[in-house]
Amino acid sequence: MDAIIIQILNGVDKGAAYALIALGLTLVFGTLGIVNFAHGALFMLGAFCAVTFNKIMTLSVKIKDESVTLFDAYKEEPYLKIWFGETGEALIDYAVPLSILFAIPIMILVGYVMERGLIRHFYRRPHADQILVTFGLAIVLQELIKASFGANPIPQAAPAILAGSANVGSWIGLGDTLVYPWWRLIYLGFSGLIIFSVFAFLQFTTYGMVVRAGMRDRETVGLLGINIERRFTIVFALAAVVAGVAGVMYTPILPPDYHMGMDFLVLSFVVVVVGGMGSLGGAVAAGFLLGIVQSFASMNEVKQILPGVDQIIIYLVAVVILLTRPRGLMGRAGVMEE
Amino acid sequence: MTDFKKLDRRQVLKFGAAGAAALGAAPLFYSRNAWAESFRNDPGSAKNVTLGFNVPQSGPYADEGADELRAYKLAVKHLNGEGDGGMMNTFQPSSLKGNGILGKKVTFTTGDTQTKSDAARASAKRMIEKDGALMITGGSSSGVAVAVQGLCQESGIIFMAGLTHSNDTTGKDKRRYGFRHFFNAYMSGAALGPVLEKEYGKERSAYHLTADYTWGWTQEESMRQFTEGFGWQTTAAVKTPVGAGDFSQYITPVLNSGADVLILNHYGKDMINSLTQAVQFGLRDKQVNGKNFEIVVPLFSRLMAQGAGDNIKGILGSTNWNWSLKDEGSSAFVKSFGAEYGNPPSMAAHTCYVQTLLYANACEMAGTFYPPEVIKALEGFKFDGMGNGATEYRAEDHQCFKDVLVVRGNQNPSSQFDLLEVVETTPRSQVEYDAKIFGGELGPYKV
Repeated sequence: MDAIIIQILNGVDKGAAYALIALGLTLVFGTLGIVNFAHGALFMLGAFCAVTFNKIMTLSVKIKDESVTLFDAYKEEPYLKIWFGETGEALIDYAVPLSILFAIPIMILVGYVMERGLIRHFYRRPHADQILVTFGLAIVLQELIKASFGANPIPQAAPAILAGSANVGSWIGLGDTLVYPWWRLIYLGFSGLIIFSVFAFLQFTTYGMVVRAGMRDRETVGLLGINIERRFTIVFALAAVVAGVAGVMYTPILPPDYHMGMDFLVLSFVVVVVGGMGSLGGAVAAGFLLGIVQSFASMNEVKQILPGVDQIIIYLVAVVILLTRPRGLMGRAGVMEE
Repeated sequence: MTDFKKLDRRQVLKFGAAGAAALGAAPLFYSRNAWAESFRNDPGSAKNVTLGFNVPQSGPYADEGADELRAYKLAVKHLNGEGDGGMMNTFQPSSLKGNGILGKKVTFTTGDTQTKSDAARASAKRMIEKDGALMITGGSSSGVAVAVQGLCQESGIIFMAGLTHSNDTTGKDKRRYGFRHFFNAYMSGAALGPVLEKEYGKERSAYHLTADYTWGWTQEESMRQFTEGFGWQTTAAVKTPVGAGDFSQYITPVLNSGADVLILNHYGKDMINSLTQAVQFGLRDKQVNGKNFEIVVPLFSRLMAQGAGDNIKGILGSTNWNWSLKDEGSSAFVKSFGAEYGNPPSMAAHTCYVQTLLYANACEMAGTFYPPEVIKALEGFKFDGMGNGATEYRAEDHQCFKDVLVVRGNQNPSSQFDLLEVVETTPRSQVEYDAKIFGGELGPYKV
């Protein structure tokens, strides 16, 4: 029983990560009609906002390291610790959650510049051109990060109080053996909050209503005197923020490196296609579905019957769903069908 | 005595032929080990020789590749008589003179393996065919080492492998033109096994997560051989794709498997990720079968330990070399490298530096760059003063045999570099094996 519950929990947790990235991808595709292969790079940029913020928080004075005798080496003492003592240490400890505040304005700026500077020139170009230019942009961004931060993963610690595991078993009366990392549970809750916020924004605000109308019929909205292009720019920035904060919060789970965006990108596209191109609800549903399926396929009992199935299960499910529902789980008619 | 006044035509021809033969052969008598054979990239009368450094400059091991390149540049500097000489001052027996190799100044060209076999072969081929590299060296992956080694054998160019730990490199895939200074998976198992038995006892159940390629397979095989040898059970051995990123779906089945040890046959980024996530899932705080749950990482490097942060503390593994060693050779190298770059060398840097010096020394010993003679000089060569104690390049498989270090992630590091604590130096005799057990054929000297 424990094994089943932990796989469900792991699947939901993975699914939340997939859904969060796929949500931004779908938002951009649904509104702007752009297939944005640089979306994974935005996730990676968010993660490196956390790395940068951590570096700022740990700016240090260099002190000669007397324990190294063979050459001149230096150790570092953070200014925050020198100036504020325990409060400074606590601020450094909470660097990852605090870096969300740092990442949001940066991601808005990145999204705005990307859309105004490059993406808008490709609105009326074929999808193949969009894929090429955004893929190229992703490579440029990741090489810039590699040149600045190196190629090795840079670990980011969760706050010490959240570093261990939660005794999930005892919460549901199943004993002490069922544990799950605190930070992953927090990530799960955070993903839920972001997904809910995006839906609420689109569903319950006038701004969101105009964007949804623009998604359906851009020309008519324009004829009503609404500057839909400007709103779409803001939607692109919003998608960048969603990807960015997802990246920030993912850093204690996976030490960020320059390539992490690409690792997620392919899976996220499968999620978007399975969910239905342009369908926000579909992206979220498909994210969770594929996360859970992948988690169960990784169980040893399953792999004994079907060796290697964990590597291909997501694509198998995608094939089955697309054969039975060619528009994906919640795809709309007419999207990418011209 | 010959009466020259009475020489007839027949005698003139005889003396003439003998004289011509003697004159023709004279250079061979007077220059030591001179070889008439022509060979690829023979520097001839050129003033320089070019070595090819094929390292990962991009991809997941790029930082390790950068450290390898630093070490190669330092080796070139020392070979050309610049700098403080580093391990050239401690290496014994040495024929190196500090005037390049055989009097020719050493230059180099570089390639990017990208840690991909096809890219590594392409860059090695370019360095051999276009840049005239006389020797190829480097790399941080066994898949790459095996691929480049095969190319070098076909091309008649010596390959001095960088970081490669699979048994196959000097086992079933060994080549006459390939040499490995780095230790291998078998030696890790042989060194680590007894320490694991001493620290964790004979009754344990191990769960293996294994990188799904040549190195991972042989690492798992060797660890199982030694741990099962002293009584451990293997609960499960699961292959994981290289570069999986999120290993949570492979770690969650460990929680309820009944295993009390997790052996991570992962390296580089995979190891950093799988270890970090295993710790997050509370494995190190867990008690199974009345024992503390333990994690073992058979192959450690300081660069990886840096990436894994605090998660590495207290974890056992093995390593080829560590900068904290106090012998004369290690100290000389660390001093030289540290003064040049401001940080200590990694084990990859160490092995690459040593390989360059060993190749240069073999050319000096052979008195030629002619590969078959250089190979013969390296085969069975015994040396010391390079940081691992007395070492031998075994002739049968071109594997170096030396002491192996068992290390533990340092609980109380004294500096930012002091990440690994040496638990035991396993003597060479304990990690030696019969070259035949891993099969393979070296192939011919002449290609």
